[in-house]
Amino acid sequence: MKTEDNQLDLWEVFIQSKSGLPHIHSGSVHASDVKMAMQNARDIYTRRGEGTSIWVVPSKAIKASNPDDNDMLFDPSNDKIYRHPTFYIMPEGAKNI
Amino acid sequence: MHNEHTDSHFQKRIDDGEHIEPKDYMPDGYRKHLIRQMSQHAHSEVIGMQPEGNWITRAPSLRAKQILLAKIQDEGGHGLYLYSAAETLGISRAEMIEQLHTGKAKYSNIFNYPALNWADIGAIGWLVDGAAIVNQVSLQRTSFGPYSRAMVRICKEESFHQRQGYEIMARMMKGTKDQQAMAQDAMNRWWWPALMMFGPHDIDSPHSGDAVKWKIKRESNDTLRQKFIDKTVQQAELIGLVMPDKDIKWNESKGHYDHGKIDWDEFHRVIKGNGPCNKQRLDHHINYFNEGAWVRDAAEAYKIKHLKEELVIA
Repeated sequence: MKTEDNQLDLWEVFIQSKSGLPHIHSGSVHASDVKMAMQNARDIYTRRGEGTSIWVVPSKAIKASNPDDNDMLFDPSNDKIYRHPTFYIMPEGAKNI
Repeated sequence: MHNEHTDSHFQKRIDDGEHIEPKDYMPDGYRKHLIRQMSQHAHSEVIGMQPEGNWITRAPSLRAKQILLAKIQDEGGHGLYLYSAAETLGISRAEMIEQLHTGKAKYSNIFNYPALNWADIGAIGWLVDGAAIVNQVSLQRTSFGPYSRAMVRICKEESFHQRQGYEIMARMMKGTKDQQAMAQDAMNRWWWPALMMFGPHDIDSPHSGDAVKWKIKRESNDTLRQKFIDKTVQQAELIGLVMPDKDIKWNESKGHYDHGKIDWDEFHRVIKGNGPCNKQRLDHHINYFNEGAWVRDAAEAYKIKHLKEELVIA
């Protein structure tokens, strides 16, 4: 018998530790609506001044890439080394470049 | 093309020091071991709120009460980090709670002992949280990404817990004869159960083989226990507490303290449900879970009502 899920919806929490920095995934909370999700995220992830801004996102709304597709998605960048500055040969003596 | 859905490829990733993320291939045994360990860990944090919760209304000062409240709130938070991390493995929180209530999932045996007086709050913070920290510091390097990340966060918060406990013990040891006796008594009662928190000796540990191979566990039970003993003896002596083990002795050649025999019969007696508080702890959790059902139902009803209103407006 499947256990009835009575633990409210799952939300992902992103915290910006200070202005100017990106929001980074901190973890998840359970909540029935966005207001509760925000309150729970505040209580669970920012008790010690960890943040200046919180994003909460329904976990259902996040689509993650499949690890099986990693070759297709990420390998092509390995053979395009000309995208890196170290690929280029600078004349001897060139400065500030 | 190499097949990534094999145990040998998985083991190679582990051996190379990679972390495993929730959507990656993992052997069934790895997933099961993690669910068992992480849910037990989460349940321990939550059940661990109970022995201390009793003392919130009886804390000896406003400062002590505020600190204790903050500490217990942290424990609840740690439980939630760990439940969330375990949920990424495909088990729901409702299932985990059900397993706790039916006894299929365990929590740390230490919380089946009672907190009899204020000195126990000191001993719990210093020794129980101290032992937990040694284990959790090691688990920061565990191979499952979400578990490792939860541990990093928890370790940042735990050191306050241990320090507040040690502060209570140190203050009592500077107090009256009665206060000193209370602190020593709490030490005597919590020391051995704290040592048992690390689990059976390595030669008797049934789950260790795979856990070490998969790097879920990074150090053995006995190694971690020894670290805890080595740290604690000096702290006890500094404030005038006597180690409740006459065989504690510095071993120059090993570079560690030797210690006396742990009473594993007692450990197994308590784990089987015959400790002083097993029934009380679980009953309390079940009661509050059931009594809180209407709050969860009301929250769901409120959500549905507002979703309908939004649909009408749209």
